[in-house]
Amino acid sequence: MKKIFILLQKEFIQIFRNKTILPIIFVLPVVQLLILANAATQEMKNIKLAIVDYDCSPESRGLIEKFTFSKFYAIIPVERSTKKAIKLIDMGYADAALIIPNSFGAMANRSESIKLQLLTNAINITSAALINRYTSSIVLDYATNATVEFGKPTISQASIRHWYNPTLDYKLYMVPGILVILVTIVGMFLTAINIVREKELGTIEQINVTPIKPYQFIIGKLIPFWVIALAELMFGLVIARVVFNLNITGSIPLLFGFAAIYLIAALGLGLILSTSASNQQQVMFMAFFFMTVFLMLSGLFTPTESMPSWANWFNKINPLFYFMNVNRMLILKGSDFSNLWPNFLAISIIATVVIIIAIKRYKKTS
Amino acid sequence: MIKTIEVDKLTKKFGSFTAVDNISFSVSSGEILGLLGANGAGKTTTIKMLCGLLAPTSGKIKVAGYNAYLQAEQIRTRIGYMSQKFSLYNDLTVWENIHFFGGVYGLWGKQLKLRAEALIDDFEMRPFMNLTVQSLPPGWRQRIALAVSLVHNPPIILLDEPTSGVDPIARRMFWETIHQISANGTTALVTTHYIDEAEYCNNVLVMVDGKLVAAGQPNELKSLYNSTTMDDVFLSLARNENTKI
Repeated sequence: MKKIFILLQKEFIQIFRNKTILPIIFVLPVVQLLILANAATQEMKNIKLAIVDYDCSPESRGLIEKFTFSKFYAIIPVERSTKKAIKLIDMGYADAALIIPNSFGAMANRSESIKLQLLTNAINITSAALINRYTSSIVLDYATNATVEFGKPTISQASIRHWYNPTLDYKLYMVPGILVILVTIVGMFLTAINIVREKELGTIEQINVTPIKPYQFIIGKLIPFWVIALAELMFGLVIARVVFNLNITGSIPLLFGFAAIYLIAALGLGLILSTSASNQQQVMFMAFFFMTVFLMLSGLFTPTESMPSWANWFNKINPLFYFMNVNRMLILKGSDFSNLWPNFLAISIIATVVIIIAIKRYKKTS
Repeated sequence: MIKTIEVDKLTKKFGSFTAVDNISFSVSSGEILGLLGANGAGKTTTIKMLCGLLAPTSGKIKVAGYNAYLQAEQIRTRIGYMSQKFSLYNDLTVWENIHFFGGVYGLWGKQLKLRAEALIDDFEMRPFMNLTVQSLPPGWRQRIALAVSLVHNPPIILLDEPTSGVDPIARRMFWETIHQISANGTTALVTTHYIDEAEYCNNVLVMVDGKLVAAGQPNELKSLYNSTTMDDVFLSLARNENTKI
């Protein structure tokens, strides 16, 4: 215990004396949250829509007006030529083209089913799907309005309500995920680099000739960055609250409880990497590789449900997957321990295994 | 005399390269043994095996009566080691370094403070004890490294080229300190490539290309090789070895 205390004392002196590490720890979360939460949005604004109106009836003009008033669209007027509209898409001046058939007004009056054509640039599948959804919802909306005017319903509409994130604010979905990246980077990278730096400077040799036990050394290296990463999480949550108005629906102690176990796994992983690397370049490269794989599969950007089965299988040992899960369930949905315990169990097992490997891998003799 | 270090047929190979080739020697308590050799002769590899940083390929090592493979931890509490490469924490002060290593060796509280104070005074470091190590000149840094290696009062010290990069006056001071320590019964094994420093040792070993080519008191070696200085002894040994190849 005394030796661990001595190690901690030395580690904290070094961290607080380092002129670059503290600013990084506190500037990083602000930048990441502000930039990434906004950049990683799946909302679309300013969809460039070319509308080809073959009808030119009051009804078709009413529809076009709907699009013009929507903040999501920028309307590009086109002559009555589908070919020209396609050319606009080809050249990148338009994202999509909506073709209104010449019978639109007449069919609307007769309450017949109307077919409009939408041509979309689908190079970016996500944005194409969004354009389809937005556009058809506006057309549907217009048709329902028309129903009231003409007395007969043309199209029935399902009513959708989104739970936990009622306005489908993508930022609220991203922020908990970005917090996960944040504490992982700070914890895992700092720990890994710290030990490799001692190898580079040769100071670890002076430690290795002392009677210190591997577990003492590992714990002494782990705790400082564990504390820093937890402080980072707190800091990030405050920013999320202030800037994005993120409300933590679930229990905060439970969130920190999970983060505490998760960080043992993440930092332990950093320690394992540092025992395999002999310089900072190598360890950075390895940490970056693992971070990317873990992150992509964790479900930050894409739902894990749609991933192949091997990815879901891999996620069973992916600490980031569990933290991503728990963070969102707890922050957005307000899940309590009775819902989250399988995640707690899994992360505890992972953390234990990782720490044991890290201690075993640290050898004083080469 | 009690043998504090016993080395028997020690060999270390790195792949096909033999860094240390079947060497045997022993050191008595209170003795200053100089391990001489050119760069790459195998001095550092030998000393690293003695303090348990490197595992030997074959051979036996006994330090302070303990077997180096089976009882490495017992040995670690009884040796002080000073690495060839400066390996204290540059961003910590002199006091913090001594305090930290003392703590790692198991000193605590008042005992630790007293020991650190004593070392600060013995090595006349009080004026700059609160400066970071990196702000001090190399000669002083080496003195601090020596002080740190003594923090737990080890009966054996292993010093790997402690005087490299140190000016002649500081080197002389260094050797005076080593003599003081050995007068108190501490065994010292010192490697060096400054051949003139052999004169400060009770006994010397000369290593060439991993092999032990000569051993004895400096005066014995000088008369044996018909030389007036250790430099000449070393040169004739090293040349001899080269002509054999």
